[in-house]
Amino acid sequence: MNTLSNSLTESHAESLDRTGLSQGDVSDFFALLKPRVMFLVVFTALVGMVVSHPDVNPVLAFVSLLMIAVGGGASGCLNMWWDADIDAVMTRTRKRPIPAGKIQPGEALAFGLSLTAGSVLILGLASNWLAAGLLAFTIFFYVVIYSMWLKRSTPQNIVIGGAAGALPPVVAQAAVTGHVAWDSIVLFAIIFMWTPPHFWALALVKSSDYERAGIPMMPNVAGPDSTRFQILAYTVLLAPLGMVPVAMGFGGLAYAIVSLVGGLGMLALAIQVYRLRQGEPAMRVAQQLFGFSILYLFLLFATLLAEHGFGFFHPVLG
Amino acid sequence: MTDRNSSYRLTPEEQQRRRRRSIALGLTLGILCILLFAITIAKLGPQVLNRPL
Repeated sequence: MNTLSNSLTESHAESLDRTGLSQGDVSDFFALLKPRVMFLVVFTALVGMVVSHPDVNPVLAFVSLLMIAVGGGASGCLNMWWDADIDAVMTRTRKRPIPAGKIQPGEALAFGLSLTAGSVLILGLASNWLAAGLLAFTIFFYVVIYSMWLKRSTPQNIVIGGAAGALPPVVAQAAVTGHVAWDSIVLFAIIFMWTPPHFWALALVKSSDYERAGIPMMPNVAGPDSTRFQILAYTVLLAPLGMVPVAMGFGGLAYAIVSLVGGLGMLALAIQVYRLRQGEPAMRVAQQLFGFSILYLFLLFATLLAEHGFGFFHPVLG
Repeated sequence: MTDRNSSYRLTPEEQQRRRRRSIALGLTLGILCILLFAITIAKLGPQVLNRPL
């Protein structure tokens, strides 16, 4: 914890010391779970489940999905506990509950560990221990490998750390089928390959924020031009990878169209980001790529959900 | 609770927050009980209730 974070939390710490009671509200504890990230985890996990067409009790599938969501929330909570010092100096994160002084670091740590233990245990009981082990590994990878180790030490932080964000479909498939198959591994690969262009587009816009916090994001270490090239390189790999579900037979006609058009859109914006390097237009197009990348991933997974969950599947091959 | 709390009166805002935390904790524990019951029935199947007395 740095001095700024300490000074921000001082008044609540004093209050906690006087009363022995937490000063956080329910909404503050909920914010520790990173609800928007949790939604993405649930969404991608749900798709991992439906593409498997499992023969599983719906109650157990629902509980499994809920526990994957809670596990995702626990990761976010433990990440906020560890990163409270850098959250306090970044404009995007300084209002989070710990740097804002609403919740003490120790409370967040206890909350996060309790949720981790609870989610892994109940997922194991509701589904199987392979899924529970994968969930535990995902939380460990995000908190220890990404947050504690990679984030502050290498510009490849979000590339390797992206594996944690890509694992929910794999965990979900393991939960409802008892094994991991190639279709969830392909979904993992799509999210994994999507992460660098997504986060580096944001890092180009917010590079001064990351600079101030001392996080070695790619634009701050290798420079904006190298980052632009790497965004383009990853996008060149991502666009065809997004169409692999069609080749494997679990992406139907609608998915083929969405992944083709979306992939071309990503490529067009990545080329623009690579070409426009100065001033306001460069920032604007990076911001556009960041926004479009969210839409792209959402549409890919929403289309798979519609095809497999709501009967819109029309095979392209065979 | 230790002696440090004996002379301190919670402000109305602190009391409100504590009440909301208590309700949330109670609801969470209730949901946990329901989930564990549902998992048990789903795992064992409805026939578990059909047994000679």
